[in-house]
Amino acid sequence: MTTMTPPVSLREHVTSITAETHVVAVHWLKQGLVLALADGRVLRWRDGALVDSVEAHAGGILCATGDGERLITGGDDGRVVATGFDGEPAEIAKDPKRRWIDAITLSASGNLAWNTGKTVHARDEKGRVRTLDAASTPQGLVFAPKGYRLAIAQMNGVSLWYPNTEAKPEFLDWKGSHLDVAWSPDGRFVVSSMQENALHGWKLGDKPGHMRMTGYPAKPRSLSWSHDGLWLASSGADGAIVWPFQGDGPQGKAPRECGVRHARVTRVAFHPGALVLAIGYDDGCILMVRLTDGSELLVRPALRGSGISAFAWDKAGKRLAFGAEDGAAGVLVLPS
Amino acid sequence: MSEKIPVTVLTGYLGAGKTTLLNRILTEDHGKKFAVIVNEFGEAGIDGDLIVGADEEIFEMNNGCICCTVRGDLIRILDGLMKRKGKFDAIIVETTGLADPAPVAQTFFVDQDVGDATRLDAVVTVTDAKWLKDRLRDAPEAKNQIAFADVIVLNKTDLVTAEELADVEAAIRAINPYAKLHKAERANVDIAALLDRNAFDLDRILDIEPDFLEAGHHHHHAEDVRSISLTIPGEVDPEKFMPWINDLTQIQGPNILRSKGILAFKNEPRRFVFQGVHMILDGDLQRDWKDGETRESRLVFIGRDLNENELRKGFEACAA
Repeated sequence: MTTMTPPVSLREHVTSITAETHVVAVHWLKQGLVLALADGRVLRWRDGALVDSVEAHAGGILCATGDGERLITGGDDGRVVATGFDGEPAEIAKDPKRRWIDAITLSASGNLAWNTGKTVHARDEKGRVRTLDAASTPQGLVFAPKGYRLAIAQMNGVSLWYPNTEAKPEFLDWKGSHLDVAWSPDGRFVVSSMQENALHGWKLGDKPGHMRMTGYPAKPRSLSWSHDGLWLASSGADGAIVWPFQGDGPQGKAPRECGVRHARVTRVAFHPGALVLAIGYDDGCILMVRLTDGSELLVRPALRGSGISAFAWDKAGKRLAFGAEDGAAGVLVLPS
Repeated sequence: MSEKIPVTVLTGYLGAGKTTLLNRILTEDHGKKFAVIVNEFGEAGIDGDLIVGADEEIFEMNNGCICCTVRGDLIRILDGLMKRKGKFDAIIVETTGLADPAPVAQTFFVDQDVGDATRLDAVVTVTDAKWLKDRLRDAPEAKNQIAFADVIVLNKTDLVTAEELADVEAAIRAINPYAKLHKAERANVDIAALLDRNAFDLDRILDIEPDFLEAGHHHHHAEDVRSISLTIPGEVDPEKFMPWINDLTQIQGPNILRSKGILAFKNEPRRFVFQGVHMILDGDLQRDWKDGETRESRLVFIGRDLNENELRKGFEACAA
């Protein structure tokens, strides 16, 4: 299902940024944009120009999260570092054995979690750290939309842990290796991406149930909920695969396929206020697709070796930042 | 990026000299930069920039293939390393002394992202001339590591007599006559002999002659892990051969550690070449048979408790 006419282009509304090396994450702070790079640097960008660059990690940055004030990164130097728009990066934690930190997440209320080896660390907004030793390496981490509860994707399932209680974590089991994890904005669903090129979902609550979302040609490593929480977009196919989460979830329902091209989707990001999805591909192309009618806008044409590795909408939904594996990056400002 | 990063898997029983060899590879002036994935991080005493500690987390793929185990930690680490392409030319994966090399090797064939970015170059096994014979008696892991190897470094040869050395070499050859064997003292082997072997590259499988022809089979009939070589002096029928080899590796996969074959298919000008790790087979039509080259079909299995007669009969039934 490819469009016969070339999509309308937003290319002239994109300002490019040269990051020089693999962009791990892009993130909007109140004052501007920050880019977390695989060589350990964080770039700060405002009003169309780079402000400066700081070394947040001695090695490389492996994962990133953040809020309006700071970008928080985990690195291969075993450190968790917070970088604001001004000043030097500040260390939040350091693993004495210098183990990799490759999963990190922050809740809306300021709770932070990260992994080292087989241990999960949870730090509440007051700075108290609790740890949990998992049976296997914790991979994806995400907090519940409300309350201090953490979902931990690992081998053979997802653990749900209340870091402030002594209670044993609840274990949602499903055989296989679970990689990334997402929690629906209404708190009713937990979805993980799997080694076996599939998503697996659990409906929580009184009538729990499993949801199997299969058929991907590659691992769906990027997940994004729509602003209304009714849709979950995913990468891993030649178009974005968007699952309906109305009612009891997607079990038995067909997903939408948006922006199908002869390339693999690597990143997806829903607009924060509309049913519009940004889709990045491994060939460097970026499309914006309206879910309601499937109409497409071209943001960035394909560029060899410049697969999309990072996306972030600003809070107001006026600007979309992106980064690529070859160090290219940019900001699209939506025309008003 | 188009060039896949080569990965060398370094195995060897405890105390054989893996760490010494690894340090030599890292410190020698060869102009190459390595990312190294080590076990027991912090204890090994490895110096270098891109050293990553690994947990050896093995899991079974959900694909109905019982021996299809892979290293989850390796998938995760390679994914992280790929963000730093350009920082290193090659990757070395060191396994623990007790590790089975199969899950490491299988990771490169089973995980698509890993297979797209990297290629398994060879399994290099370091052995200890003084103690190997004891280990072959009491440690099945040591035997697996020999059976699995593409390159064997027979280390600490200065600690044994010439007679003992010949004996241990024969013991190795009884299990695996196909690996390249290098004798060493204090792991002083030429690094070039260990890297860029392309042992899993179908295009580079030129022949499957043993590296060492006088394998001491007569000494070691009791060995449970050994190699079996089968030849049909002519063509095979792919309609018979493909189902046979698939069924065989499905059923006997847990016991077949490595397999390799060069086959002449009926009415096919090109050679069919395959190699396998347990149940995972990788095969393709390769170059044309050359003029004067004998169109014959050969298979090699290295495995545990293999029934040679049964294998021979099964293969011979595939003759065209």
